[in-house]
Amino acid sequence: MSTRVYVPRDAAALALGADAVASLLSQSGDVEMVRTGSRGLFWLEPMVEVATPEGRIAYGPVTVADISGLLDAGTLSGGAHPLRLGRPEDLPFLAKQTRLTFARCGIVDPLSLDDYRAHGGLKGLARAREIGPAATIEVVTQSGLRGRGGAGFPTGIKWKSAADAAGERKYIVCNADEGDSGTYADRMLMEGDPFVLIEGMAIAGFAVGATKGYVYTRSEYPHAIATFNAALDIARREGVLAEGFDIEQRVGAGAYICGEETSLLDSLEGKRGQVRAKPPLPVHKGLFGAPTVINNLVSLASVPVILDKGAEFYRDIGMGRSRGTMPIQLAGNLKYAGLFECGFGITLGELVNDIGGGTRTGRPVRAVQVGGPLGAYFPPALFDTPFDYEAFAAKDGLIGHGGVVVFDDTVDMARQARFAMEFCAAESCGKCTPCRIGSVRGMEVIDRIVAGDKLEANLELLRDLCHTMKFGSLCALGGFIPYPVMSALEHWPEDFRTMRREAAE
Amino acid sequence: MATYEAWSEARGAEIIAAHADQQGATLPILHALQDMFGCVPAQAVPMIARALNLTRAEVHGIVSFYHDFRSEPPGRHVLRLCRAEACQSLGADAVAAHVRRRLGVDWHGTTADGAVTLEPVFCFGLCAVGPAAMLDGAPLARMDDAKLDTLLERAR
Repeated sequence: MSTRVYVPRDAAALALGADAVASLLSQSGDVEMVRTGSRGLFWLEPMVEVATPEGRIAYGPVTVADISGLLDAGTLSGGAHPLRLGRPEDLPFLAKQTRLTFARCGIVDPLSLDDYRAHGGLKGLARAREIGPAATIEVVTQSGLRGRGGAGFPTGIKWKSAADAAGERKYIVCNADEGDSGTYADRMLMEGDPFVLIEGMAIAGFAVGATKGYVYTRSEYPHAIATFNAALDIARREGVLAEGFDIEQRVGAGAYICGEETSLLDSLEGKRGQVRAKPPLPVHKGLFGAPTVINNLVSLASVPVILDKGAEFYRDIGMGRSRGTMPIQLAGNLKYAGLFECGFGITLGELVNDIGGGTRTGRPVRAVQVGGPLGAYFPPALFDTPFDYEAFAAKDGLIGHGGVVVFDDTVDMARQARFAMEFCAAESCGKCTPCRIGSVRGMEVIDRIVAGDKLEANLELLRDLCHTMKFGSLCALGGFIPYPVMSALEHWPEDFRTMRREAAE
Repeated sequence: MATYEAWSEARGAEIIAAHADQQGATLPILHALQDMFGCVPAQAVPMIARALNLTRAEVHGIVSFYHDFRSEPPGRHVLRLCRAEACQSLGADAVAAHVRRRLGVDWHGTTADGAVTLEPVFCFGLCAVGPAAMLDGAPLARMDDAKLDTLLERAR
C-alpha cells in the first residue's frame, strides 16, 4: 500500500524549496504525493506530513539534504527523527488557534472538489439556497461580520443595500489586491483553499441577485492567480456555480492604490486606477455603473462557515463590536512568523511575544507596524492593546487587513516615517492634492528634520502637513499615511533629533 | 528565463483583437502584450486606442499609470526584490544596495550584457520569510548577499 505524503505548494513553501523536496520524496518508493496549501507555520516550511494510522505526522523544516536520513529513519511510517514534529494539530501555534476561515488551508488538496466537500465545503452554499436570499443576508448581518480589508463595514448591511438597489445587472467584486506589507492571508487562501472563495462569492451572488463576479488579484501573486483559475475551471465544470452567475479573475498591474475599492473598480473598467469620490457608493453605482458589492477576500471566504454553522456560532467569538475570527498575519522580524487565526481580543503583546516568540534576530522588539504601510507603529508600551477595530483606532492605529510587522532595536524610525511618505508619493493615484503633493513635501520635510535644519519649525510643519493629509485626502492612502509618520514621531522622537544620532555614532 | 518575440504588428493586432470584446479590456490586453513581447511596445498604443475607441493619450495614461508595464523588453533574467516594510525589518534595504552595486544598475535597469533586469516590488506576500525576491517568476525566501551572489552568478 502506498503512503500518502503531503507537501505544500504555497508560494512561501516553494520559496524555501518545497518543489525539490516533493519531487525527491515522490521518487522514494511507494508514495502518493498530495500538494496542499500551507498550514501557515512558515519557520517550519517546507513542512512535510505523512499519513499514518495515528493521523498525520509532520516533519519540518525539511530540506533536500534531510530526505535520505528521514527515509532511513522510517519517516514514511511516522518514525522518530530530530525533525519530527508530531501531529500538526498538537503544535502550540496551531492548537491555540480558532481556525474557521482557514479551516482547510494546508490540509486539503486545493484543487480537489471532493476533498473540499469531505472537509465541510459547499454546506454554506447549500444552506443559503435552502433559506433564500433575504434570510442569507440576515444570517450574515447577525453574525457581526465586518470588512476584513480594514474598513470594518458590516458585510450584511452592504449586501442588503446592493440587494435593495434597482438594476438589471449587479456585480460581486472580490478585492484580492492584497498590497499591504505583512499580509498574505489572501494569497494563502487562493493557493491553499480556493473553493472557499468561490463558495463565498456564490453565496454573495445568490443573496444580492448578482449576475457576475470578478476577482481582482494582484500581479505579484502568480501562484495564487494560477491556482484560482484552475479552481474556477473545476467549479464551472462541476456545476458549483449556478446558472446565471459566473466568476472571472482579473489581474492587477502593480498599483497599490487599486486595493482601494473605487480605484479597483476603475481599474476593472480598464481605466487608470483612480479613486472615485463617494457618494455614490459602489452598492448603488459601482462597476460599470451597476450596483456592486465589493468585499475583501477574507470577508467573502468567511461567509461559507457562517452560513454552515450559523450566525450565533460566529458572533459568540470575539470582543466588543469585532465579532468572529481574524486571520492575523505575523510577519517581519519574528522567530515564529505565520498565520494565526483567532477570535478578536488577543493582545498585541501576546501575538508578538508569546505566539511570535520575539524577533528572529534575537534582539529586543522596538516597533510593530500593524495594518500595512498605512498602519501605525506601536511601541512595546502599547502591547496591551487588544486586536479589535475600535481598540486600535483608540490608540491612533488600525488593524487593516491583519498584518503585524515586527522590527528589532536596529530600526531607525525617522527612516520608516520617510519611507511612508515615499511610498505614498510613489503609489498616490494623483487625484487629490494632499496625497499627491503632500507626500512629496512630507519626504522633504523629514529630510530637513533629520538633517537638523530648523528642527522645531519643521517638526511643527510635519504635524500640520499630516493633519492636512488626514482630513483633506479623498481616500485612505493620503488619509492614513499620517498614522505611521505621526506614531513614529510620537513614540520615538529621539530618532528625529540629529544630536542623538551624532552622539550615538 | 523568459523569451519574448520581437514586435510584430500582425501579432500585436491578433492579441488586441483576442481580448478587445470583453468588458474593461485594457488591462487584459496590456498583460497579454507584455507576456508576448516583454513590454508594451509604443507601436501598440494607437492600435489599442482604435480597438477600444479611446484616444492615444488615454491609452498612454493607462499604460504609464501601472508600475508593471515596461516600455522596453527586459534582460534575459528578471530579478524582482521586495522593498516593503516586512522585508525591510530583515535587512532588505542593505541586500538591495548590495545587488545594485554588484549589477551596476539602479531600479528598472538592465545590466550592460543584457543578462539581468532589476525591478522593485512592494510585497510578494512572502512577509514571513523575508527578505523576499523573485527570479524569473520563482519565489525566493530569506535572501542575503551571498545567496543572491550565487543566483546572479548562474543568471547569464
